[in-house]
Amino acid sequence: MAFSIKVNGTTHAVDVDGDTPLLWVLRDVLGLTGTKYGCGIAQCGACTVHIDGDPVRSCLLLVGSIGERAITTIEGVGSTQAGANVQKAWLDLEVIQCGYCQSGQIMSASALLSKNPHPEDADIDAAMAGNICRCGTYVRIREAIKRAGGEA
Amino acid sequence: MNQQAGLSRRGLLKTSLAGGFVLAFRWPVRAAPVNEPEQPLDHPDGQFAPNAFIRIDNTGKTTLVMPQAEMGQGVYTAIAMILAEELDGEFSKVVIEHSPSSDKLYGNPNFGIQVTGNSNSIRAFWDKLRAAGAAARMMLIEAAAQQWQVDPTSCTATDGKVAHAASNRTLSYGELADAAGKLPIPDKPRLKDPKDFTLIGKPLKRFDTPNKSNGKTVYGIDAMVPDMKFATLAQCPVLGGKLKHVDDSAAKTIPGVRQVVVLDDLVAVVGEHMWAAWQGLDALKVTWDEGPNAKVSSADIWNELRAASKKDGVVAKSEGDVEKGLTQGERFDADYELPFLAHATLEPQNCTVRLTPGACEIWTGTQVQTRAQEYAAKAAGIPIDKVVVYNHYIGGGFGRRLEADMVGSAVRIAKEVPTPVKVVWTREEDMQHDVYRPAYRDTISASLSNGKIIAWKYKVTGSSVLARWLPPAFHDGIDDDAVDSAVDMPYDIANKRVEYVRAEPPAVTTGFWRGVGPNNNVFAIESCVDELARKANMDPVAFRLGMLDGTPRLKAALKLAAEKSGWGSSLPARVGRGVSVQPSFGSFVATVVEAEVDDVGGVHLRRVTCAVDTGIAVNPDTIMAQLQGGLIFGLTAALWGEVTIEKGRVQQSNFNNYRMLRIDETPPIDVHVIKSGERPGGIGETGVTAGPPALRNAVYAATGVPLRRLPIDRAAIAMNKA
Repeated sequence: MAFSIKVNGTTHAVDVDGDTPLLWVLRDVLGLTGTKYGCGIAQCGACTVHIDGDPVRSCLLLVGSIGERAITTIEGVGSTQAGANVQKAWLDLEVIQCGYCQSGQIMSASALLSKNPHPEDADIDAAMAGNICRCGTYVRIREAIKRAGGEA
Repeated sequence: MNQQAGLSRRGLLKTSLAGGFVLAFRWPVRAAPVNEPEQPLDHPDGQFAPNAFIRIDNTGKTTLVMPQAEMGQGVYTAIAMILAEELDGEFSKVVIEHSPSSDKLYGNPNFGIQVTGNSNSIRAFWDKLRAAGAAARMMLIEAAAQQWQVDPTSCTATDGKVAHAASNRTLSYGELADAAGKLPIPDKPRLKDPKDFTLIGKPLKRFDTPNKSNGKTVYGIDAMVPDMKFATLAQCPVLGGKLKHVDDSAAKTIPGVRQVVVLDDLVAVVGEHMWAAWQGLDALKVTWDEGPNAKVSSADIWNELRAASKKDGVVAKSEGDVEKGLTQGERFDADYELPFLAHATLEPQNCTVRLTPGACEIWTGTQVQTRAQEYAAKAAGIPIDKVVVYNHYIGGGFGRRLEADMVGSAVRIAKEVPTPVKVVWTREEDMQHDVYRPAYRDTISASLSNGKIIAWKYKVTGSSVLARWLPPAFHDGIDDDAVDSAVDMPYDIANKRVEYVRAEPPAVTTGFWRGVGPNNNVFAIESCVDELARKANMDPVAFRLGMLDGTPRLKAALKLAAEKSGWGSSLPARVGRGVSVQPSFGSFVATVVEAEVDDVGGVHLRRVTCAVDTGIAVNPDTIMAQLQGGLIFGLTAALWGEVTIEKGRVQQSNFNNYRMLRIDETPPIDVHVIKSGERPGGIGETGVTAGPPALRNAVYAATGVPLRRLPIDRAAIAMNKA
């Protein structure tokens, strides 16, 4: 069955079952591999994308349920102010190690900052606790979110 | 550190690369360009390629080929810094490439094979990379001097240019590349005096992170090959079992499923995308012949391990008279245990394969490029040189990608598939078909006199990873990794003995896990030393300082960590500070963890302070990042990590039942890097090893309960038990 989805401002027709998780449509059908598979059960956050600006785990989001809503991925988030600020802060503070989780971390952080430009520690905890980093970059993630907020 | 010393001492490994730097070669450099695996491998002519690591073309483009794998530890940047330092190249413009598979060109000098592990990259390649950079620099200077007909010693090199100040002339490395390429390679390249370093020692930005922040970095799992299909697999849930029967009738009705591949020991479903393949796999009705391990449980494994630990071990180290020492002073006996652990790299295992008649291409992220090549060749039934491995950035290695099983199985599947195929493991498959950090039991007898340990008898019982992974390195019944950081434990003790009992568990394959042997030994030693301090009625830091005169770098680190942590200042009830020290991987690390234990035994990390002397800190920011991250990796294991077996099966399957530390549980972590002119030590695993004993000792301080097993037993430290 064919669906029409709008990813980073571009509309794509995809011929998949409606119950296919968005993650696999992005990665395997559209070739947007920046969004990562980590767990498949919304435990790790590596697959986080924005749906109309809200952070969503694409591993459990069925493509047939999205409709007209705007999908933003790591490939497109730099065109938003919050996303660009987060990416810059991430590099300024050299947050990233292996980097595999960082697409999801950056998506969660930019969604947080777009709604709350100056988050407290508790806000950061609430927004980011769903994103696992196996390399353990959390100390710098916290610092970088504050840095990015300062630049908002 | 001890492990490599032991290996080379016994000469059991290939030694062709171990004898120091030899630059008597000029090979055609074949490398896999980063993120461009489709690009032809043969390099264009007209390049200055004096060794396997450096290529300069006549536009001045400087390409550095990375002999080690980048898995987040920052090694590409550090290697580039060392090469560019001695080359005097234009650092900001260098281009980084993954190396192709070659033990000869890119073998780790400490292993003799191409492997990234044991925190060995910078330690092992330090001399070789410096000499490679310096030789290239000397040749470029010589080329300029010949052109100008001046004495080369009157020329200088900086930032990709050679200058002759007296005549105010300069030539760029690009302009000199052709001429330099025709010159002989110097036998003894002149290395810089470290005081003249301009790159090494600076917290420079990493090369790999910009593309990791915008989704452009290509990991193995992201490889895309024309006409490729997607597959996922199920291996027998019990180690050693075989496939008996597959009913694929339901799977074949799922849209997007193309093929079911049935092999002896696994079944795979090939689809138009991963989801189709996965749905197909779930729809299979598979019957396994579970084999001899079908009834094994963790209880059986622990019973066997505990029984084995009662045997005498093979003596790995003996000094003084330990039996006599144990009869003097006050005796103390304790046993410590560590569980099996999974790696849980966030990038699940994967491998993409394209088979063409007589040849095989592999896209994956591996810590062992040549092993991946060998596994592929064997599975494809073709010669090794017909396999090309395109290595990738690695989404977490931690030792899991020191194995090539995922390559072998992917090629076996690909042989049945008419198109190229990407095989991706589900998280569940990844967690349940890992090679696991061995479970260990450590048996310690010690005696105390006048506030010092006077005798120390230490026995490690557990699986030998080395015996499987590098059989020649297992020698005389001793696994050098299993006793690493035990045979070289840092305290001044006159009488000591270290023994090893090899005990292989059923139903579990063991493997290297970030922190390797020292994880176990530092935990047991530092836990026991804390108990001995209490028995001696001494402060744990003061007790350690009194026995560290023989290891002054560690003593200095301990003093610094204690000072920075506020050691000795008062804390609320059920909050404690714990300390650990270690000389592991050639780095000297002291760590203080401050933690609170709540009424029901929940453990809350409040603060971590760490001091490290790692010798010359090539990139101090990377050193700090590795310790911050390594500490979290180790603390995660101490708090929750345990893989258990029932009916021969691994019970944990995903992050819901194999817990990771999360940001809301992460405390501030301060790392203090001590300035040092010593040779660089290893750093990638030090934090992992440091965290668990310091946390265990913090819980001991907070509750008085001497935990002797990880992960932390909440019930044992709940309020009513303390």
